[in-house]
Amino acid sequence: MNSPADWLSPAEWDAVRLSLKVAFWATLLSLPLGIATAYALARGRFWGREWLNGLVHLPLILPPVVTGYLLLLGFGPKGPFGAPLETLGLGVAFRWTGAALAAAIMGFPLMVRAIRLSIEAVDRNLEEASATLGAPPIWVFLTVTLPLSLPGVLTGAILGFAKAMGEFGATITFVSNIPGQTQTLPSAIYAFLQIPGGESSALRLVGISIAVAMGALLASELLARRLSARLNGLDA
Amino acid sequence: MSLTVALNHAFAGFTLSARFDAPPGITALFGRSGSGKSTILKSVAGLLRPDHGQIRLNDHLLFDSARAHCLPPHRRRLGVIFQEDRLFPHLSVGQNLRYGAWITGQGMERQARAQIIEMLGLGPLLRRRPGGLSGGERQRVAIGRALLGQPEMILADEPLSALDEARKAEILPYFERLRDELHIPILYVSHAPAEIARLATTVVALQDGQVLRQGPAREVLADPSVTPAGVRAAGAVLQAVLTGHDPQDGLSLLDAQGLRLFVPRVRAAPGTPIRLRIPAQDVMLSLSAPEGISAHNIVPARVQQIRPGEGPGALVTLETQAGVLLARVTRRAVRKLDLREGMQVYGIVKAISLAPEDVGAPKASRSGL
Repeated sequence: MNSPADWLSPAEWDAVRLSLKVAFWATLLSLPLGIATAYALARGRFWGREWLNGLVHLPLILPPVVTGYLLLLGFGPKGPFGAPLETLGLGVAFRWTGAALAAAIMGFPLMVRAIRLSIEAVDRNLEEASATLGAPPIWVFLTVTLPLSLPGVLTGAILGFAKAMGEFGATITFVSNIPGQTQTLPSAIYAFLQIPGGESSALRLVGISIAVAMGALLASELLARRLSARLNGLDA
Repeated sequence: MSLTVALNHAFAGFTLSARFDAPPGITALFGRSGSGKSTILKSVAGLLRPDHGQIRLNDHLLFDSARAHCLPPHRRRLGVIFQEDRLFPHLSVGQNLRYGAWITGQGMERQARAQIIEMLGLGPLLRRRPGGLSGGERQRVAIGRALLGQPEMILADEPLSALDEARKAEILPYFERLRDELHIPILYVSHAPAEIARLATTVVALQDGQVLRQGPAREVLADPSVTPAGVRAAGAVLQAVLTGHDPQDGLSLLDAQGLRLFVPRVRAAPGTPIRLRIPAQDVMLSLSAPEGISAHNIVPARVQQIRPGEGPGALVTLETQAGVLLARVTRRAVRKLDLREGMQVYGIVKAISLAPEDVGAPKASRSGL
């Protein structure tokens, strides 16, 4: 079997690998925060809940270039968050970690929305039953709410991943378009389209984008179906 | 071991104000929907915080508004059986049953655990998932799950009302066994007089958020002024012993303090104590001992009290050798027979009108027939 490196140029292959890496870490690291935020929005009764909701959804509505620019201001080498990170050697501007941060923020609203809907669908009567059996709130969440909202968590993660794979505007604004460093799949397609004779490279990457997106959706559909059969309490 | 409740809670429509004790055995909160019984149960479970009051279980203070003390539900050690079974759909029956022990880290003794599983007939279901079970099976699992958490008290919120008649008949005996074998208080919410008559040791009758009367089930149910479920549902409870069966006619013979009563066949062995509820609707009155009549049960009685109702009916309290009976007749009949307090009459009860759910044999499921 041929390795992908045989039919992709090194530059194309770099972009694919980088995008997968960025999307993987963006999804993995934002998932716990996404679940916590979704839970707070679904079940919390606290002051500022609507503001939190607005803040989470902001990247969905703002032009991506604005989000990217705000990230640059905050996390740039001289930004209020960027400067301390830079001295710790953890600077993110113009690095792949910055691309992951941008992708995570852009995918966050989609992820939170999917998880929130499925937490809201969990029967609160079951949570009450769990509490009467001796479960403190954190155990109620871990043993009842979370398992029963797994299909939504999965959907949220896949949506976040797909969004991270495709993020372009905020990423290119924040971390630029450095081949091998910050040139993700969409940035690479954009770059190939700028140079004469780059169309064939661009097309190959477009094909890969479609394949990854489609594969992710199919996988999530399949997993979600299996999960809900289990969660509906039917005999295996 | 007992529960003491005193609470006030204001709703949009009415105010709940209740004060009662629940000793071991089944204490039934009896009333129509909206009378406040479920609110009381939720307050005891910790799922609702009442405005004022105190709730005490043995020597634990569960709630005390004066001290701003409200124990969260997970620290109350109560087994709650809900109207809907509320089984965890993502766990197997066995995992549902072990849930309480797993969460609290306090497993039950293996033998006690096996006993409960055996009593409820859950052995064959352990590997199944709740989604594939029948309504009756699911409610049995829910009972088992509540018991296996080693509660200091059981709360049951209309546990039979979501089941059809056949499933109800399947579950009722289990509650009778809990009452007779478990020495902890059981608070049982219901609006069904037949259930209350069969199960309750103590009855707290509620109406519009107020306690109408509380006391031993026989006394409260025989009180004609206490009809929280409406006069149509009124009926007294007699304590009797099964003396024999008449296989040819499909009847059983009971003895209530010397009074012989025929009832539809009871699945229990002679000598079994039986609780019999006689709905007031099904008792006719006659001034002389009737002859040539199809009814089997003719009970000599003395009229103790006549309470005319708001409609065409009147509720007559009868004193018999077996205890107090209630008869619901028309006001016209009271006038035509010239019924007065202290008169000798005969109460007539058709054997066939006694429904099986009115006849309770506590250990029926064990002794078989």
